[in-house]
Amino acid sequence: MCGISGILKLDSSRVSRDQLGKMIASLRHRGPDASGMHLAGTVGLAHARLSIIDLQGGAQPMCTSDGGLWITFNGEIFNYIELREELLSKGHRFATRSDTEVILNAYREYGEECVHHFNGQWAFAICDTKERKLFLSRDRFGVRPLFYTQTADSFLFASEIKALLTCPEVPAEIDLQSLDQIFTFWVTLPPRTAFKNIFQLPPGCSLTIEDGDVRVRPYWSVSYANTGELHDADEQPLAEELLHLLEDATRIRLRSDVPVGAYLSGGIDSTVTTALVRRIASDRLRSFSITFEDAEFDEQSYQDEASAFLGTQHSNVSCSSNDIARVFPEVIWHTEQPIIRTAPAPMFLLSKLVRENGFKVVLTGEGADEVLGGYDIFKEAKIRRFWGRNLKSRWRPLLLRRLYPYMENIQRQPAAYLQHFFRVTEQDLASPFFSHLPRWELTAKLKMLFSADVREVTDNYDGVSEIEQALPSAYRSWSTFSQAEYLEAKYLLPGYILSSQGDRMAMAHSVEGRYPFLDYRVVEFAGKLSPNLKMKVLDQKHLLKRAVDGLVPESIVRRPKQPYRAPDGKCFFGSAAVDYAEELLSPDAVRQNGIFDAPAVTALVSKFRGGRANGAKDNMAMVAVLSTQLLVHQFINQRIEGFESCTHQTLKMKSAALS
Amino acid sequence: MHTPDIENEVRSFVITNFLFGQPTDLQPEDSLLGKGLIDSTGVLELVDFLQEHFAIKVEDEEVIPDNLDSVRNIATYVARKISCVV
Repeated sequence: MCGISGILKLDSSRVSRDQLGKMIASLRHRGPDASGMHLAGTVGLAHARLSIIDLQGGAQPMCTSDGGLWITFNGEIFNYIELREELLSKGHRFATRSDTEVILNAYREYGEECVHHFNGQWAFAICDTKERKLFLSRDRFGVRPLFYTQTADSFLFASEIKALLTCPEVPAEIDLQSLDQIFTFWVTLPPRTAFKNIFQLPPGCSLTIEDGDVRVRPYWSVSYANTGELHDADEQPLAEELLHLLEDATRIRLRSDVPVGAYLSGGIDSTVTTALVRRIASDRLRSFSITFEDAEFDEQSYQDEASAFLGTQHSNVSCSSNDIARVFPEVIWHTEQPIIRTAPAPMFLLSKLVRENGFKVVLTGEGADEVLGGYDIFKEAKIRRFWGRNLKSRWRPLLLRRLYPYMENIQRQPAAYLQHFFRVTEQDLASPFFSHLPRWELTAKLKMLFSADVREVTDNYDGVSEIEQALPSAYRSWSTFSQAEYLEAKYLLPGYILSSQGDRMAMAHSVEGRYPFLDYRVVEFAGKLSPNLKMKVLDQKHLLKRAVDGLVPESIVRRPKQPYRAPDGKCFFGSAAVDYAEELLSPDAVRQNGIFDAPAVTALVSKFRGGRANGAKDNMAMVAVLSTQLLVHQFINQRIEGFESCTHQTLKMKSAALS
Repeated sequence: MHTPDIENEVRSFVITNFLFGQPTDLQPEDSLLGKGLIDSTGVLELVDFLQEHFAIKVEDEEVIPDNLDSVRNIATYVARKISCVV
């Protein structure tokens, strides 16, 4: 795994070696093992390497023997061995054993269509010198990041935004429309990012730039069978097929010239991936997990049980509220966008543990909830829709209490109120976003915190209709369950789970995550399954449980689902209240950055200080405000000094923020 | 205590606690649930506030939208409870 960057000059001038060097230096955390640059007139490609496959031969940027194609590549093509054979049989020759060279030859053979042949997680750029073309591509789900921007005379791309911001011509400005999106959906809608005029290449898309024209083209998107065409046959053969696919997805994800470890959260998904690794690899597997001081979030007993059952050598790192507050500025340095929950922070600590134990690669269970029907939001929608069929029913809404057994507030909720919070109206039932309306509406309340200036811009913006316009034409022919799955897989998965909580936290410590559940063969298979197989009545991931029967401890299969969560807003007001939070939440700092209304933030802060902030909304609000303030502070107010020196800097409070 | 005074105090609590202190066009009859101003813990916070601030006991069966879903409903409910106590 690595970091990549590049510059294409649009005015026939030469690429500055110094500028390209600064860009790649800012990504050293992604690739500390080596770095390389290729400069040829108007084009420059750079690479920071984390050596995983072909440790000797895989140096980048790499070129074809005739020098016609140059590549800088971050990620893995897991089926590179099979592809290499295929390309050899077609007459291509290879000088290395790397997957990088396989991409080059696949591009030579198939052109831009080569991406259809790849099974992996990638972000790469190929400079086609003969065609005078730059070709960028990002994997189907957006596991690996890829950002780009354009200035008056250059097109620039990189694995992270901070590399683009090393270029003085690239302005660092918060995009208020993106902020509105994050304060509704938790993510920006691709291609937007939190920064104005800086874009992400959307998952499943390729980009070409020829003669200064930038063209983005989707090559794949998650899709579902129409309601009448779903697999609804016998469970057993489908369960067997799923297991077979997962086994192969895991097998090819173990391809590595360095040892591979596993995250073990105590839930079914990572226990399954770990169990599959155990079946394939004979070595004793190393597994890693986070434990929480706060029992409400802790899953250690299940982690220990899974580890004992699977015979892994297990290490864990304990995470307290103080730990979260301590690392939070660095977490935001890596997420490069505001976040609504602190959950990425423990993942940051976990990747540090993995790296300290000498591992660069881990397999995790990410993606199972999106692909195989695991999320509570799917269950919630199912119950609300069931209730909606008989809106007068008094007992149907009481099922809602079964939704969130781990949330005390919901359990204490009087029935009359419970019905209102999860209210179902005729209008809601007709909405294409029925499943997501409660989440989006709750999150959108955070926009009350915006300053008058920001609201002037955002009040006229309607993110929901933007999503509606972007829906694929087949959307309305899918089952309502698939519609909910689509919204998760299309937006939250790449924009938050795989980025803020995934790649960015892992790569902060040079660790690469690999996700067997996100093998596109598994996803395409799951897209044809009847929702009843994914969630049988209210049994989440039903077919997966059936498929792995006997492979994982029964107690883990049958345990109530506990989504991964971490202590939120209170972290910043505990026994070790943090100076940076106090300062960044002060009326002066809030006014200076101009995003939020200072009295509103003060009211929120006093609610936390007084111990009166217990609700989901207040916690999300605090994390959202503080992360936004940290983002502005680190990327805009402290821009210059922070970027010259490649790593995250200790916050220099009172020097830059409050002048 | 007059109902308008109670209403003012309740309104002030609602604005501080559920609206981040933002000046709004909150009307006395606005449904707190209907406008999404109160989240799932909000009602519990509201009950705590009423019990402490007005020294009343809010019974479980009284925690219904008819009593607590608008500033005016809340004020009427509280006034009734206080007059019972007196």
